[in-house]
Amino acid sequence: MQFMLLFSRQGKLRLQKWYVPLSDKERKKISRDLVQTILARKPKMCSFLEWRDLKIVYKRYASLYFCCAVEDQDNELITLEIIHRYVELLDKYFGSVCELDIIFNFEKAYFILDEFLLGGEAQETSKKNVLKAIEQADLLIGCIFFTYLLEKSCKLFIHYKTAADLLSVKQM
Amino acid sequence: MGPVHTVYGPALLCAGAGCSQQFGAQPQWIWFLSSSYVGAHSTTLMPTVSKGDGMRGLAVFISDIRNCKSKEAEIKRINKELANIRSKFKGDKALDGYSKKKYVCKLLFIFLLGHDIDFGHMEAVNLLSSNKYTEKQIGYLFISVLVNSNSDLIRLINNGIKNDLASRNPTFMNLALHCIANVGSREMAEAFAFEIPSILVAGDTMDSVKQSAALCLLRLNRTSPDLVPMGEWTARVVHLLNDQHLGVVTAATSLITTLAQKSPDDFKTSISLAVARLSRIVTSASIDLQDYTYYFVAAPWLSVKLLRLLQCYPPPEDAALRSRLTECLETILNKAQEPPKSKKVQHSNAKNAVLFEAISLIIHHDSEPTLLVRACNQLGQFLQHRETNLRYLALESMCTLASSEFSHEAVKTHIDTVINALKTERDVSVRQRAVDLLYAMCDRSNAKQIVAEMLSYLETADYSIREEIVLKVAILAEKYAVDYTWYVDTILNLIRVAGDYVSEEVWYRVIQIVINRDDVQGYAAKTVFEALQAPACHENLVKVGGYILGEFGNLIAGDSRSSPLVQFSLLHSKFHLCSVPTRALLLSAYIKFINLFPEVKATIQDVLRSDSQLRNADVELQQRAVEYLKLSCIASTDILATVLEEMPPFPERESSILAKLKRKKGPGKLPDIDENRRNVNGSSEHSENTDTTNKVSYVLNLNSSPSTGPSLLVDVFSDSSTSASVDVSEDNFSRFVCKNNGVIYENQLLQIGLKSEYRQNLGRIYVFYGNKTSTQFLSFSSFVTSSDILKTHILHCLIASYPIIEGGAQVQQILNIECVSDFTDAPVLNIQFRYGGTLQNIAVKLPVMLNKFFQPTEMTSQDFFQRWKQLGAPQQEVQKIFKAQHPMDTDVTKAKILGFGVALLDGVDPNPANFVGAGVIHTKSTQVGCLLRLEPNAQAQMYRLTLRTSRESVSQRLCELLGEQF
Repeated sequence: MQFMLLFSRQGKLRLQKWYVPLSDKERKKISRDLVQTILARKPKMCSFLEWRDLKIVYKRYASLYFCCAVEDQDNELITLEIIHRYVELLDKYFGSVCELDIIFNFEKAYFILDEFLLGGEAQETSKKNVLKAIEQADLLIGCIFFTYLLEKSCKLFIHYKTAADLLSVKQM
Repeated sequence: MGPVHTVYGPALLCAGAGCSQQFGAQPQWIWFLSSSYVGAHSTTLMPTVSKGDGMRGLAVFISDIRNCKSKEAEIKRINKELANIRSKFKGDKALDGYSKKKYVCKLLFIFLLGHDIDFGHMEAVNLLSSNKYTEKQIGYLFISVLVNSNSDLIRLINNGIKNDLASRNPTFMNLALHCIANVGSREMAEAFAFEIPSILVAGDTMDSVKQSAALCLLRLNRTSPDLVPMGEWTARVVHLLNDQHLGVVTAATSLITTLAQKSPDDFKTSISLAVARLSRIVTSASIDLQDYTYYFVAAPWLSVKLLRLLQCYPPPEDAALRSRLTECLETILNKAQEPPKSKKVQHSNAKNAVLFEAISLIIHHDSEPTLLVRACNQLGQFLQHRETNLRYLALESMCTLASSEFSHEAVKTHIDTVINALKTERDVSVRQRAVDLLYAMCDRSNAKQIVAEMLSYLETADYSIREEIVLKVAILAEKYAVDYTWYVDTILNLIRVAGDYVSEEVWYRVIQIVINRDDVQGYAAKTVFEALQAPACHENLVKVGGYILGEFGNLIAGDSRSSPLVQFSLLHSKFHLCSVPTRALLLSAYIKFINLFPEVKATIQDVLRSDSQLRNADVELQQRAVEYLKLSCIASTDILATVLEEMPPFPERESSILAKLKRKKGPGKLPDIDENRRNVNGSSEHSENTDTTNKVSYVLNLNSSPSTGPSLLVDVFSDSSTSASVDVSEDNFSRFVCKNNGVIYENQLLQIGLKSEYRQNLGRIYVFYGNKTSTQFLSFSSFVTSSDILKTHILHCLIASYPIIEGGAQVQQILNIECVSDFTDAPVLNIQFRYGGTLQNIAVKLPVMLNKFFQPTEMTSQDFFQRWKQLGAPQQEVQKIFKAQHPMDTDVTKAKILGFGVALLDGVDPNPANFVGAGVIHTKSTQVGCLLRLEPNAQAQMYRLTLRTSRESVSQRLCELLGEQF
């Protein structure tokens, strides 16, 4: 994969991840062109298109477009499911993820992506393992641990089976 | 912070049983609204749940930005924040880690909004050395996103990474590895490319770190392949395919694929491991793999990656392995026929992703006809699937299938579906794929239908793809034209339908073809004349019409409806509507008319004399008018006839249109419609005609003077004075260094094939001439010439002539050769014939090379080194170091060395990767022993070739010949 872009229906970029070295100027141009191209397409159209010498795979989830650029020999359908798995990961992590989660917690969206994809290739496709890695990291901050727990229960978003699980992780 | 709101916008995924239906095959986008949702126009609320570590200041800032009513307000708010952060960073008070993190994160947010950030890097680097995970994490994120090749900073960053890699804390190590993978700069590769392989293969490394290390190495290998060292670790990496942890296998497979593309030989052992792994996955029950099962599909990502890895190699040689792989592929094809285990689109996507990758592997191997045909049938089903995505992919995949000789016919059976797709698909990108597939499946049998369909599609086609379709139609029409009147009609139709998209290459080409083929000239003149009658015609048509009538208007002048004056008036009626280049072309057509039709001379002179021509503001037009007018007044009829004679035929060459299409599509993207696969169909066409083959052989006369050949032919072809200037084709010459049979020359009319055999200093070449057209070649003759120097070194004799070679027929000649002494140049085969009234001259360099007179010599290691030492004089050894032109495959190299003519000596060189050979060159006068050694360096993709023979000129020549083969 060469890059991944998340943008809103208004064309605002929400996340950009580049796996090939490009200058800032080129990145901006590519994003602008591609966002325009994709927003101009109709809903029922095919999720793939040829763009320059790349294959673009995109899908819309509610207000957000997820768009990946892959090379000629890459598999389009599996890329489509990479997008879906990423959305699932975000959804599990934030609990019914929406665009605002990604705006306000953009750094988390990047961290989750790094655990899932690295160098443009799938690193870990198990949802459990990716979330475990992220949540372990979250738990490394002991001081705000309890506020965190409170917030979690607020959103009814509990992945841990027991408190003992949490504590054992915390001790690491 | 505001009050708690549980929901604050549309959820990306709708959870819960209620909408799982919509979330299935046909996703419906639910705006998940609750009573507390605030309308779109009111103030955006901050999310209340900030996971892990809330940064309230950041949330407030983001919220402020979102509430800005205008771009100006946003910029103002950002500048205020930047000033604030700058003062904090510069302030006397040392910032605590939390504040530093918060400000760095704000800077990052501002940068991601598209604003420039020119400070904060140092603070980000400081965060790397924090002990707090989240502070470190933000520091790394900032560096990954905003990397700056500031050398001081790079050193500091690398230092931070180094510490984390050495920390043995897996989460810190992962952060560091992610950063290297995200930045992937050369400086980082220099610093860490040696360290990461050892982390990857160390026994005590945690699984998650192995995964990061593998992909980190992959990224470094992509950006700086020269810095990633190959070594002992590569063998251990291959064994990661056996790892228990499927995540490790997933990451490692990507790495191995990238490395195997670079040096396939080093990773050959991965084939059997990949097949074994794949076989275990495809036969597993869907629950076996637990969390690696995705919507009832077992490890789809890993399966796709393994199938990708196998595409780096030819089919496995080991029969058991091969049948195991075939079983896997069959299982995957079988699963496609099973009823779906879930209605969700994710299930079918994942399943089909594996299926399409399996089909890619089947096409890549191109060796199992049954699998190829099954793949084709499966894709045929998808062509009519209700999912647009599948139809798109089926069209795309079938395009490559069409170029396999085994499945070309099977692909052709879907022509009606594809044509229907072209007419009915609503999405232009799908229609584009349909055009590509029609182009790929086109051959002589369906060319007329396909070209007609493409032409009719062109009338309504999207502007974005018109030019490409025009090029494709033009190529197909030319390539498969049996009847050139059809070709002319097609191109004129192209101009009529999509004149603006007909590039210069296309209309140049139609003129070249009309000029080279006199059987179509009259028809072309008549057709353009009729087309020009239309009240509005495209300028490109005026160009073609002007040129063709100027050359061949006389062929239709007999008809009173197209008399010279009518032709001229018709052309001239378009003159004022045309651009300057077209007007210039028309002026040339007018002067040609003066030569063709003396009766309109006065009329045309009047036109040229008018002020609008003679005083035209455009210099080119003015000059042409003045010169043509003078020429028509002064020159005698004879001179005019000479100056304005019909254009001579154009030399045959690759269609410039094809070159243009290749440029447009990029290399490798264009399905080859003319390569070897057509051999199956082509050879059967030829074999029908082999009965008519004339077998003529002129046996070698060793005593005859070599010069008699050419001199004899001068008499036969008294009009062949131009033959000396014909370009000698040597395109395929070097391909024959290591082989004796094949096609040496091919153009649109003629194919020349060779079969040769050599024994000691004698050789015999069978030359086959195939007439590719449907019309006769008249007075066909061929003879061999060689330079004066060469004549003294090799003797040959071949003269042949045939009054007629029928269309589609093949004739054979035999050429005998004797090598008198060693030589460097090669003889030239000259061919002349008349085709459609024009004389064709072709000259081909014959692949008679010194190495053809090799006899292989087997010898022991001891003998070899003894002789090697004997040939130690500096002028006897020639060495060449060169870059590999082809993938470095041991078997291919072996075959080439054997084809070169020497014996391949195993076990002589202490390094088994090297190749050593020995042989003797036989000439009439002497025999020259020759030893050679080829040392491949897979890492650098280089070869070193050393040759030792007793004769300097022989060493030189052999080195030149063999040095170009790898």
